[in-house]
Amino acid sequence: MQTTLKINGESWTLDVDPRTSLLDALRHHLDLTGTKKGCDHGQCGACTIILNGRRINSCLTLAVMHDGDEITTIEGLGEPGRLNPMQEAFVRHDGYQCGYCTPGQIMSATGMLDEVSQGWPSHVSASLEGDVPLSREEVAERMSGNLCRCSAYPGIVRAIRETAGEVSE
Amino acid sequence: MRPFDYMRAEDLQAATEAKGNGATVIAGGTNLLDLMKLEVMAPERLVDITRLDLHNTERTSGGGLRIGALVTNSDLAANPDVRRNWPVLSRALLAGATGQLRNKATTGGNLLQRTRCYYFYDTAMPCNKREPGSGCHARTGFNRIHAILGASDKCIATHPSDMAVAMRALDAEVEVQGSGGTRRMGLDALYRLPGDTPHIETSLAEGEIITAVILPPPPTAATQVYRKVRDRSSYAFALVSVAAVVAMDGARIREARLAFGGLGPMPWRDGEVERALEGQEPSDALFDCASDILLRDAQGQGSNDFKIPLARRTLKAVLREVTRTEAPA
Ligand SMILES: Cc1cc2nc3c(=O)[nH]c(=O)nc-3n(C[C@H](O)[C@H](O)[C@H](O)COP(=O)(O)OP(=O)(O)OC[C@H]3O[C@@H](n4cnc5c(N)ncnc54)[C@H](O)[C@@H]3O)c2cc1C
Ligand code: FES
Ligand code: FES
Repeated sequence: MQTTLKINGESWTLDVDPRTSLLDALRHHLDLTGTKKGCDHGQCGACTIILNGRRINSCLTLAVMHDGDEITTIEGLGEPGRLNPMQEAFVRHDGYQCGYCTPGQIMSATGMLDEVSQGWPSHVSASLEGDVPLSREEVAERMSGNLCRCSAYPGIVRAIRETAGEVSE
Repeated sequence: MRPFDYMRAEDLQAATEAKGNGATVIAGGTNLLDLMKLEVMAPERLVDITRLDLHNTERTSGGGLRIGALVTNSDLAANPDVRRNWPVLSRALLAGATGQLRNKATTGGNLLQRTRCYYFYDTAMPCNKREPGSGCHARTGFNRIHAILGASDKCIATHPSDMAVAMRALDAEVEVQGSGGTRRMGLDALYRLPGDTPHIETSLAEGEIITAVILPPPPTAATQVYRKVRDRSSYAFALVSVAAVVAMDGARIREARLAFGGLGPMPWRDGEVERALEGQEPSDALFDCASDILLRDAQGQGSNDFKIPLARRTLKAVLREVTRTEAPA
């Protein structure tokens, strides 16, 4: 089936079997291998991308469902030599060890900060209304869909909070 | 994953027609695709309803709220009107899944998500829900997450949704559309108990699609709480959850609406529990009496026996919170 995806600002038309997940379309059809496959079942967050402005698990959706949609992957945020602030903060704070979960962590954190800027509460927010201070607890809750087998969590949380302007290093 | 034909519905009629002809609806896909990858579900045809005009949340003329079936769990949880007037619903949504999943999961899909029973998920095992008549190994096997209320000897699976528990406490109705027109029903009528036919989970007719959930006007002067008890503090399904909407009249409980997750095959509600509380002064003895009523037919299956005392303790803690009653020393 023909599907057109706008990925990192560029339009791509591909011909895929309807079974193809958005994740496999990115990795196998477009060679955008920055997005990782961990569990393939929505449980680990390694495949997180931004779809029409929202972070989602690309393993749990079909490419053919996204004709005309806008997608940002880790490659679209920045690449070696021109990293964006979140990517740089992950490097500076040791926000990874093996690095496998890292693209998903960074995409998820990017989408998450946008949710915070819109005032979305979380499960741990004391109030459903008003500004959300991005405490360590808030980051942990909002990022609970991204697992890190190397357990680089302390660095991940520091990198995210610094990028959000909550702590300075 | 088995091959399937894919079609995108351009309007509701095309969607109901396709479903009537045997196609399976796909919305957020977060439950269906998971199950299709495991071949627990293997539809031959998918009808994608995500481009239908069911994405709005708006007040009804009567002051209630009409939530389109495609409103995402994120948008609903963050909706300012819901946060202010139906906070138990925001809280339940925020207690479920993850940020990424909630951005995709839809209101209709969340209601119709399938059980997380391990035997249902494992195609090497018999399961009366997946393969009618094949048997149920959960009853004698691992059943830590299974039902203590409403189960049958054919199936002891629970309904996993958090959102649906809050909606049940809020007296929500679903609006469905099929070839025969539109109808509305409460969640008690949407879901069916397993009995001898656990594979029939809802009362939706073949061509029927959920188009909206309708909440009655916000409860007046009520305290709303959702409490979820789970194995991890985030990103885990409920072992027991309670949605409570309770209003006081001076020192007495005027109205109590209570729904429970993790206990049964559908978000559970028991009018007798509520009637035992209404008109009474809150006390620990009263809360015990309400718990006795809730759990009068509760049956543990072995590994889930702990849910019986856990349900009692969770209900009592929630009732103390909403009535501002101190725990006895
Ligand atoms: C890792 C993980 C953790 C999770 N944790 C939680 C949790 O803690 N709490 C919780 O409540 N949920 C949890 N979920 C489940 C999640 O909430 C559901 O997957 C989601 O709500 C389903 O919505 P969807 O739109 O993606 O449904 P889909 O997968 O698209 O559909 C689900 C079912 O509903 C049918 N359907 C969908 N829309 C309609 C409609 N409008 N009319 C008729 N039929 C329809 C489909 O045919 C399908 O059978 C979790 C899921 C995952 C993967
Ligand atoms: S690969 Fe998508 S969540 Fe694990
Ligand atoms: S850095 Fe290795 S999994 Fe996270």
